[in-house]
Amino acid sequence: MAQLLLEIVTPDKLVLSHSVDYVGAPGLLGEFGILPNHIPFLSALGIGSLMYKMSGKNHFVFVSGGFAEVSGNKVTVLAEVAEKPEDIDVERARKAQERAKARLDKAQENIDFARAQAALQRSILRMKVRDAA
Amino acid sequence: MPALKDVKVKINAVKKTKQITKAMNMVASAKLRNAQARIERFRPYADKFYEMLGDLAKGADPSVHPLLEPHAEIKTVLLVVITSDRGLCGAFNNNITTMAQKLARKKAAEGKTVKVVCVGRKSRDSFRRSEFEIVQAYVNEMNAFDFTLATRIGAEVIGGYVGGTYDEVVMCFGKFISLARQEPTQLTVLPLSPEEQADAPKEAGGGLEYIYEPSVEGLLAELLPRFINVQLYRGLLDTSASEHAARMRSMDNATRNCDDLVSSLTLVYNKARQAAITKELMDIVGGSEALKG
Repeated sequence: MAQLLLEIVTPDKLVLSHSVDYVGAPGLLGEFGILPNHIPFLSALGIGSLMYKMSGKNHFVFVSGGFAEVSGNKVTVLAEVAEKPEDIDVERARKAQERAKARLDKAQENIDFARAQAALQRSILRMKVRDAA
Repeated sequence: MPALKDVKVKINAVKKTKQITKAMNMVASAKLRNAQARIERFRPYADKFYEMLGDLAKGADPSVHPLLEPHAEIKTVLLVVITSDRGLCGAFNNNITTMAQKLARKKAAEGKTVKVVCVGRKSRDSFRRSEFEIVQAYVNEMNAFDFTLATRIGAEVIGGYVGGTYDEVVMCFGKFISLARQEPTQLTVLPLSPEEQADAPKEAGGGLEYIYEPSVEGLLAELLPRFINVQLYRGLLDTSASEHAARMRSMDNATRNCDDLVSSLTLVYNKARQAAITKELMDIVGGSEALKG
């Protein structure tokens, strides 16, 4: 069966490059899945976990602020942040979560609501990816 | 003839200086290797980014996104001046700030208001003495920065441009060409010029029509601000690599100067010593001659 070449690139490095059977990504308009021989496709990604299936096993990667491009049997993900489960700093994520929660709870008018919410979402999803591994 | 001891002290002092410059040279070369590796790692991201944007922007007309649209009248120019935090790297920082100041004067002479975002202490110090307003200064960040620094600068730049505070944004940085060459360079970040995107490497997308999600406009709205960040990040990386290359060279020169100095001082030392010996001999000979009577 044909395979997909999945490449995840961040400004600092090439996070991974593997031949995989399936990629599931958190699109801005909702989750989408890509199987080999997909038509060319370009989508913005939200914050979340990107899943790929390789030799029968599911793997997860946390991505934030990115794009996915599918052309040929190649999936390129450009993300500002992409972390494999083993690279996620749980302690940091937990602290970020507490901070964001505290900020949202106080809910003063002058806080940047959207930013705190995004931070909260990021930290929760990070931990989720970590736990799924 | 200088006193023997003074020369000796001086030789030792120069040798110590040499140790320091040599160590700095090695540190700089290690850091340069790191910085170059970062540029290498960033390249795939940047290339892919240009490619995507090139494909998208081809069909789009400038009015779909405020960042693509040049402002009708250019009143305020924002300069993003990137230098290093620390000196001892030859004329490197000076070259950048001189170019930036010159550009600022030129724009001011055309009746435009010039504002500055300073990255790196040397840049801030230079503009603090000038009449131009510093909007933001990032000091002590160049030593260890990552993409978030570019994002932070980008937020100010993009917010200001969209909000109409700035009509043109120019980045001044030290472009890294090779170990021996770093060039102060200016790059117009905003308004985005389509020609610049067009020279991005075109890969055979094979004329295949992509499915876009969300729409082309939606994607552009996501991509363009990031493109600014990518440009800024490139400027930061280049400046950092250039800084280390420049420091390496100037420290190499300094080490060589120390060598020259030590050898010329040693010559002086030997001459002085020989003169002292000769003088002593003369004294002894003179003494014994006198004793003979």
